[in-house]
Amino acid sequence: MNRLKDSFRTLLRYPSAIIGSLIILFLLGVAVYALVTIPYGDAVRLWRGGEEVWYQNPKYAAPAWFNYFTSKKEPVSFTVDTAKGSMAKTITPNGQGISTVDITYSFDYKYDGFPQEMILYFTPKMVKKYPFVSAAWITPDGRKIRIVDMAVEYNSTFRFSQDQKLQTRLRTDNVMQALFADPKAKTPTPLKGQYQVVISGTTFEAGSDIDAQFVFHGQLFGLAGTDKYRRDLLLPLLYGTPIALAFGILGALGTSLLTMVIAAIGTWYGGWVDELIQRITAVNLVLPFLAILIMVGTFYSRSIWLMLGVTILLSIFSGSILTYRSIFLQSKELSYIEAARAYGASSSRIIFTYLIPRMIPLLIPALVSSVPSFVFLEASLAVLGLGDPVLPTWGKVIDDAFTDGALYQGRYYWVLEPAVLLMITGLGFALLGFALDRIFNPRLRDV
Amino acid sequence: MVQNNQLLRIEDLTLYFNSSQGPVQAVDGVNFGLDHNRAVVVLGESGCGKTSLAKAILRLLPRNAGTFTGHIYLDGQDIMPLNEEEFRQNIRWAAISMVPQAAMNALNPVMRVGDQVSEPAIVHLGVDKGKAISLVKTMFQHVGVPEDFISRYPFELSGGMRQRVAIAMALVTSPNLIILDEPTSALDVLTQANIFNVLKRLKKELGISFILITHDIATSSELADDVAIMYAGQIVEMSDAYRFFEQPLHPYSKKLMASVPRLHADKEPEFITGRPPSLINLPKGCRFAQRCTEAFEKCTQDPSDVKKDGRLVKCWLYS
Amino acid sequence: MVSVSQIIDNKTIENPRKTILSVDDLHVWFELKRFGFGHAGYVKAVDGVSFDIHESETIAVVGESGCGKSSLLKTILGLYKPTKGKIVFDNKNLSELDNKGLHWYHSNVGYVQQDPYGALAPFMTIQKILEEPLIVGRIKPKANRIERIHKAMEEVKLTPVQDFLQKYPHMLSGGQQQRVVIARAMIMEPKFLVADEPVSMLDASVRVEILKLLSNLQKLHNLSVIYITHDLSTVSYFSERIFVMYAGNLIEKARVRQVLDHPLHPYTIALLTGTSEPDAKNAETYKELPPGEPPSLVNPPLGCRFHPRCSKMIAGKCDVEEPPEFAPDSGHLVKCWLFE
Repeated sequence: MNRLKDSFRTLLRYPSAIIGSLIILFLLGVAVYALVTIPYGDAVRLWRGGEEVWYQNPKYAAPAWFNYFTSKKEPVSFTVDTAKGSMAKTITPNGQGISTVDITYSFDYKYDGFPQEMILYFTPKMVKKYPFVSAAWITPDGRKIRIVDMAVEYNSTFRFSQDQKLQTRLRTDNVMQALFADPKAKTPTPLKGQYQVVISGTTFEAGSDIDAQFVFHGQLFGLAGTDKYRRDLLLPLLYGTPIALAFGILGALGTSLLTMVIAAIGTWYGGWVDELIQRITAVNLVLPFLAILIMVGTFYSRSIWLMLGVTILLSIFSGSILTYRSIFLQSKELSYIEAARAYGASSSRIIFTYLIPRMIPLLIPALVSSVPSFVFLEASLAVLGLGDPVLPTWGKVIDDAFTDGALYQGRYYWVLEPAVLLMITGLGFALLGFALDRIFNPRLRDV
Repeated sequence: MVQNNQLLRIEDLTLYFNSSQGPVQAVDGVNFGLDHNRAVVVLGESGCGKTSLAKAILRLLPRNAGTFTGHIYLDGQDIMPLNEEEFRQNIRWAAISMVPQAAMNALNPVMRVGDQVSEPAIVHLGVDKGKAISLVKTMFQHVGVPEDFISRYPFELSGGMRQRVAIAMALVTSPNLIILDEPTSALDVLTQANIFNVLKRLKKELGISFILITHDIATSSELADDVAIMYAGQIVEMSDAYRFFEQPLHPYSKKLMASVPRLHADKEPEFITGRPPSLINLPKGCRFAQRCTEAFEKCTQDPSDVKKDGRLVKCWLYS
Repeated sequence: MVSVSQIIDNKTIENPRKTILSVDDLHVWFELKRFGFGHAGYVKAVDGVSFDIHESETIAVVGESGCGKSSLLKTILGLYKPTKGKIVFDNKNLSELDNKGLHWYHSNVGYVQQDPYGALAPFMTIQKILEEPLIVGRIKPKANRIERIHKAMEEVKLTPVQDFLQKYPHMLSGGQQQRVVIARAMIMEPKFLVADEPVSMLDASVRVEILKLLSNLQKLHNLSVIYITHDLSTVSYFSERIFVMYAGNLIEKARVRQVLDHPLHPYTIALLTGTSEPDAKNAETYKELPPGEPPSLVNPPLGCRFHPRCSKMIAGKCDVEEPPEFAPDSGHLVKCWLFE
């Protein structure tokens, strides 16, 4: 225990260790947060997506904070709902079972660009007689534009840009531009100021009601933006963290420990055991790792746990066995091992109580430094189309972006966000790994 | 010990190393002198700073060297103010060379020994390869290595042979002074005795002076004309070999001599209780006082060097 | 003719001490493999060694590197199997012991190694290090083991015991580390100790301390000790008999005083010449030493193995036939044709 405390204190002397550890702690924090706030079932369901899940989001929206970095400010998406109280609604009974439902929403528009779309969802509540709504649009310069008059029998959706009557009324196909443009400007420029959506509904029965949801698809959305399927990219970024960490750490841990134990056994017993292990290693080095993974993925299953298992299996007989073997061969001749044989310790005792604990300080830096390669492996598999079919991972995001030609379309955020996370992960573990290496390998140490 | 025209005179040499726990006072105000064609042995136990003394003289300082002050007069000229390039060209290996500890393991395993030994000659004397090899042959003759070993690799030689090669490498530029750091500690008795025969012959035939650094008191007498005892970074006694081995003055020297096991023993050897002080946390006053059976109140002050019949001793008992 | 010294020597014959270990014509040969198949000869590390060790006796085995003393030692420890010949301990032949028997043998021999720091696992506390042989030796329960550990630490004078038990080897000085090694060797209360150059890596002033400790322990526990060293000057303090080993053979065996005062074999004489005493006159004289180096153990010279370096070699005899053991003096055996 004391040695751990000492090592820890020495660790703090290296800035690289501190930065690396902070990065890893940050990632662990994100992972824990993701697992706690998004249960597994939800994550899978949300990722599978679908219109009902993600309808509130625009497609291909960049993150909202882009506006801090651009001179041309794009509109940010939002949604308001009378059912949730974010949009004001008043019901005024007018006698004889007829009531007027007034719903108003005003918002400030200070952007330089036009939104993608606006949608009104109406949810009526009635028994027999369906309510009637009419919606109007009030611009900052006082123009009132009639949007729609319709009867709401079922849950209805009104898409501003796709309504033919509105298009005709505005004399243009581009409804968004028509609604937001400054009439006095020569080129289409949005008029800044306060806009209002005014919905006036009439219900014909006592107890009837209308709920409305106003969905504004700007060009930007949320913290991470959206992809082609309107999915909030924050989900795979958050949820991908524990997956990446798990894959990386388990892969590194499993491989390192097993490799070490196998090397120890082979070296200690020598003879045909050692020869066998070396031959297996030689054959394994030649086997095409990725090709085998592709085969397994294509013909069997792409489940991430299976991929992890096969990866570990193929990695334990790697070249590092030979490294451990040379260290063990040296250690075998050490005086205290000889002393142990002299007082009659059994082979297994020597391997597990003397040889392997000696290896652990050498193992730890190698282990930590190898985590990033497993994390990247997971991402690589996803990009190759072998990613786990149900889980939201960083690699899958990159894969989707790649398939959709995101870079050609200028949608850099889609690729950069998971890429940056991958790089940070790699950086964190690499920094920590280097610092650990200097501690545990005194020859590399600064005095 | 003659004052003028001494080959080497060291005054107040100090070398501290930086460490995470504070300065390591490895060499702390060392004074001594060495005449031409004489051998002085610096005796001390591990951790007393004797290897650091060798490195200080040759300015082979590690990265964490801190304070490095004092004067080293070689043939009357102070070599401390020389800059690195001058020192490298004129002093290191040209005037003073060194056979480091475990020198036989310091031979480059992928170079033939002949090539290795000729390197200093090519670099410092500026001779061409042919002349260098003939120098190597001469040196091999001096140290007793057969000529055909020139084309061999270090692993083909035994430990004793490799040590002789290392000595030849220190000799090849005909320096006036060779520093030997534990030259025979890893070698067998007969090999050790052979190496000392070689060193004695070199001293007699080539007039070289030696500084021999070792903890082995018995073998040191094979070469020593003068003896210096080092303890906790300081020289606590310096004397000619005859008088030292007969009658050491400093309490530490007495205890050291008493601890040497002898072939024909009349009494049991003694041992010294306790441990030498750490060079980072040195005690105030005399550094040996804690373990000294003859300590008294004055020992809480740093003792000064006392001259007694041409011998030097750092002890209040003699002032 | 019985001389005074012989009368004193005969005391040993009249009160014979029990023989603890008997080594009979021991050969330990290692096969040299060529490219993993076939062999290229044998390294004959131990080539015909016989001796007896008695109860409470210390024997020094002196020799230079490459003479085979390490292999001899390791075979006695049970780490190597003899190629020929036998080692008998407590009337049991080592080569015939099964695993359980070997286990019993191991608990009867203590091993003190040369490098005190290397001999202790750096990641274990002193307590754990000392507990290991007890655990392997199946000493139960734990309280019993702790008691033994405390006793062993007190015997090697590492007190206060509690302070040291929780430390790691690198926190101790060389002398202290070696005491731990000795404590570990003693902890199973063995019948004899094998000490391989136990003080050669320690400072000069500490060597004496450790040798004294070993000597006291030996008297206290009636231990037999095999003390392997290349430093002849320590032998007289700590041994009764000396065996001089050269190229796999024991070429001289005698009591310490006999060897130091009247060495017989030319190699022994060379060793004594080569050993220095602190005397300033040494700087003025060259030592007379045999030329050359110890032979390879793969192809030792025919006949007496020392003959190529021996100034007193008898041509036609020494280079043809290996000398048997002669006993020119009571208790003093030498393998040299000069004493036929």
